[in-house]
Amino acid sequence: MSQPDARESSSRSLRILIAKPGLDGHDRGAKVVARALRDAGMEVIYTGLRQTPEMIAEAALQEDVDAVGLSILSGAHNVLLPRIAEALRVRGMSDVPIFAGGIIPAEDIPALVQAGIAGVFGPGSPIADIIAFIRERTPIRD
Amino acid sequence: MSLTLSRRDLARLITRVENSERGAQDALSALYADTGRARVIGVTGAPGTGKSTLVSEMARVYRQRPDHPLVAIVAVDPSSPFSGGAILGDRIRMRDLAGDSGVFIRSMASRGALGGIATATSDVVDVLDASGFDIIIIETVGAGQLEVDVARIAQTVIVVESPGAGDEVQAVKAGILEIADIIAVNKADRDGVNQTISALQSALDIAPPSFHTHHQRPGLPPPPVHQPSGDAVAWQTCIVKVSALNKEGVGDLLDAIDQHQAYLHASGEGEYRRLQHVHSNVEARLRDLLLRAAMQRLSRADFEAILSAVSQRNLHPAVAAQKVLDSLQL
Repeated sequence: MSQPDARESSSRSLRILIAKPGLDGHDRGAKVVARALRDAGMEVIYTGLRQTPEMIAEAALQEDVDAVGLSILSGAHNVLLPRIAEALRVRGMSDVPIFAGGIIPAEDIPALVQAGIAGVFGPGSPIADIIAFIRERTPIRD
Repeated sequence: MSLTLSRRDLARLITRVENSERGAQDALSALYADTGRARVIGVTGAPGTGKSTLVSEMARVYRQRPDHPLVAIVAVDPSSPFSGGAILGDRIRMRDLAGDSGVFIRSMASRGALGGIATATSDVVDVLDASGFDIIIIETVGAGQLEVDVARIAQTVIVVESPGAGDEVQAVKAGILEIADIIAVNKADRDGVNQTISALQSALDIAPPSFHTHHQRPGLPPPPVHQPSGDAVAWQTCIVKVSALNKEGVGDLLDAIDQHQAYLHASGEGEYRRLQHVHSNVEARLRDLLLRAAMQRLSRADFEAILSAVSQRNLHPAVAAQKVLDSLQL
């Protein structure tokens, strides 16, 4: 017999992974975004510094996140971000939107979008834009 | 040893369970018969004592054992009472486990629960247990004196202390130390570790051996340990000195867990605790269902009328609750 769920909930918290790939140690931006997403009612899994693409994809898988946010200031974005998108793809997570922030020159953005980075938010981007991006791209799952 | 689900499916099932999504209860009911195999260890303690680092190191050392047990970690961090959001940062300290496919780490927000774990933590532990994990380590939120719910799920509870965290009087206050089967004094490389250990030791010397005080609930038979069978003697909470960051002493901690597990088995206390855990689990769900049933039967207008009478001090809250209960006609 099927019992009703005792704690049936109508609202589901979005789970967002915030990670810092590569070798730079500047995590202020990542922390500001993590904090803002928390204040917007999201559950943010923060992995800390110096994460490899494999570590990030594996964390995204185990945590079953709705979106992955990457902060990178080292200049290695053209190499690392596509690798992370690929590492997610091989895990069957190509439907999970990826967004990035940090120091990313405008001319690099089209190739990153092509590689699967759906949103790029440079310095000065309003936090509200990031929140809107996440909400638009994370449909309620059934 | 292998898992019964892909890691991706496992992660998604945990999400459904955590959110009580449609079908989650049917899945839990179906897998329940396959639970009860894993060793479930609770790790709790004040913020900043090094719980995450210690849990990571415990998992790493477990994985090096000859049988290479599969290890799952459920790490709980607090939800904001204001936004409902959370920052779950326990993975920061667990990077040593990256790349080991025999380890699965899941972060959970407490979502309003006040006992140090989330309401759904026990269901998530069931999913991991039934999926084939041999060891499940639950890390609670940074806990003070009352966040003791992990003792309702875990077989062995480890309370983490660190040097300089209060005197002997703190140690004998009610609460978290009472649920300790093992006390891990972490950061043993720091000054003051011996004073901390002796303060904790004298607190333990004052208390009788801590058998099942924290698991005992009214309405159940007395614990079997009162009539020890064979060689069983009451468990004496032990103190183990560790430095998780320097990878020292964690093997000793795992040995102490082995001894505690052997004690649970030999003394019958393991069975008794299981009964207590089931009791509190069913009771909590009954409370949920009754509340839900009451709120469904009561019209919003009637409920607001009762609340208004209470707020004008014409009705005592206890009498109000009794009125609602009477209207259920159980």
